[in-house]
Amino acid sequence: MIQMKNVVKKYPNGVVAANGITIDIKQGEFVYVVGPSGAGKSTFIKLMYREEKPTSGDVIIAGTNLSTLKNRQVPYLRRQLGVVFQDFKLLPRMNVFENVAYALEVIEENPQVIRKRVMDVLDLVGLKHKVRMFPNELSGGEQQRVSIARSIVNMPKVVIADEPTGNLDPDTSWEIMNIFEEINARGTTIVMATHNREIVNTIRRRVIAIEGGLIVRDVNGGEYGYES
Amino acid sequence: MAMKARTLQRHFRESLKSLTRNGWMTFASISAVTVTLLLVGVFTIIMMNLNKVADDIENDVEIKVLIDIMEDSEQAKAAEKQLIKQIKALPAVEEVVYSSKEQELDLLIKDYGEDLSLFEQSNPLNNVLYVKAKDPQQTVKVAKQIEKLEHTQEAVYGKEKVEKLFNFLNISRNVGIVLILGLLFTAIFLISNTIRITIFARKDEIEIMKLVGATNSFVRIPFVLEGMWLGILGSIIPITVISVLYSNIYKLIQPSMNGELLQLLDTTPLLYQVNALLLAIGVFIGIWGSFMSVRKFLKV
Ligand SMILES: Nc1ncnc2c1ncn2[C@@H]1O[C@H](COP(=O)(O)OP(=O)(O)OP(=O)(O)O)[C@@H](O)[C@H]1O
Ligand SMILES: [Mg+2]
Repeated sequence: MIQMKNVVKKYPNGVVAANGITIDIKQGEFVYVVGPSGAGKSTFIKLMYREEKPTSGDVIIAGTNLSTLKNRQVPYLRRQLGVVFQDFKLLPRMNVFENVAYALEVIEENPQVIRKRVMDVLDLVGLKHKVRMFPNELSGGEQQRVSIARSIVNMPKVVIADEPTGNLDPDTSWEIMNIFEEINARGTTIVMATHNREIVNTIRRRVIAIEGGLIVRDVNGGEYGYES
Repeated sequence: MAMKARTLQRHFRESLKSLTRNGWMTFASISAVTVTLLLVGVFTIIMMNLNKVADDIENDVEIKVLIDIMEDSEQAKAAEKQLIKQIKALPAVEEVVYSSKEQELDLLIKDYGEDLSLFEQSNPLNNVLYVKAKDPQQTVKVAKQIEKLEHTQEAVYGKEKVEKLFNFLNISRNVGIVLILGLLFTAIFLISNTIRITIFARKDEIEIMKLVGATNSFVRIPFVLEGMWLGILGSIIPITVISVLYSNIYKLIQPSMNGELLQLLDTTPLLYQVNALLLAIGVFIGIWGSFMSVRKFLKV
């Protein structure tokens, strides 16, 4: 489902955030990406939905090599992926409902379906009562949950989440993990960068550790492996 | 891929929503459109009226042909008839009006007073033909042609005056066109710049939309529609102000100008034309400005 071959990413300022990453993530897998701050986790994730292009090497998502993907085809790639951004990336001028609905509007889904699906996922992340609020009226954790709701609302084949529990209290974090486990059980591939030691060590899945732009560990059912 | 009708509907709804949610930015853009269109409108109306005055003056230029003084006789009458025929045959001539020396004297008496009535005994004036050229610019040429004909004493047309007048009119017309074009460019620049600034403030939004899977046109269309609304809303005040103002000025001034050479243009169709022009400019610039500004941020 997700393959990388010798991927190098050098930012214009000279920082090498990926230094030859090779990986193969199969359909239906649940993968944690761990590592210290600045290790290159977000970069690894951004390469998957082509927010960043690799300096060299290949990224292949669902059989599509992103290096040969034309600019105007990128939206269709992104619709197959649900992304939870580390900084949420909510549209400031749209309310909670509209933010989540946007992911369905771009695929020209019919309005009744949009209403139902959006309300369902907002219920799932516990924000049904705040649909008319705007992002700047929400706490960090609530914004994060809107971002999560948007990433799963169009039932993508892959959900890529960058620290989706970073701003959540433990209870809410576990609720979100339940949602991820549930959609993973339905066959959705999940890639999740996280600093949450407790979650990684409790819900045992494949753990990929990145340090200095390199994969230093890749263990099925592994541990978090760092001090919190 | 063809867009679904409901998606177009969605874009319309979105553009209106965005208009109201953008508060002061919407206000700034509309103000820019309003101010510039007001200027363009006022200038256009002034120019069109000046143009009309120029046309009127031009069309009023005529040649006064003095016919040789001859004994009153059948022969003289025939000669005059012959002359009229010859002048009418000139291809550049529009019309020829005959005025006898008695009529000429009456005109003089009317202008200068009864003192001149003593000339009624022995009228020293010539019979006269007033000739108008089809194209006023050909007046000089026509006058020269007429002077060569038999029985013409002189063809007067205010030689230098007419030439100067034509030069002046041509220059003032060109200046007017340059002014309006300059104003239009300023308008386009000002408005699209304001729109660019407001869209720049939203470049993060555009980036997010693209990250969530929106195609370029899906992002662009609501912005472009928003630009269209800005143009429409921005042209409302100029259209109203110009219509009311011009109608009132027309009502005020026109009665005192009845029968005069100088006339204001009638409110219809002038106001329809100018208002349609303003609306078209507003909408065009709004759409174009948004289109160009969004384009820059779509390369994500
Ligand atoms: N857009 C960018 N331009 C330049 N350098 C960048 C950019 N994004 C990231 N970097 C650099 O690349 C390195 C890896 O950053 P990245 O965001 O991938 O780390 P991370 O593992 O996600 O860290 P964190 O756990 O704090 O989120 C860092 O040194 C960072 O400074
Ligand atoms: Mg990160």
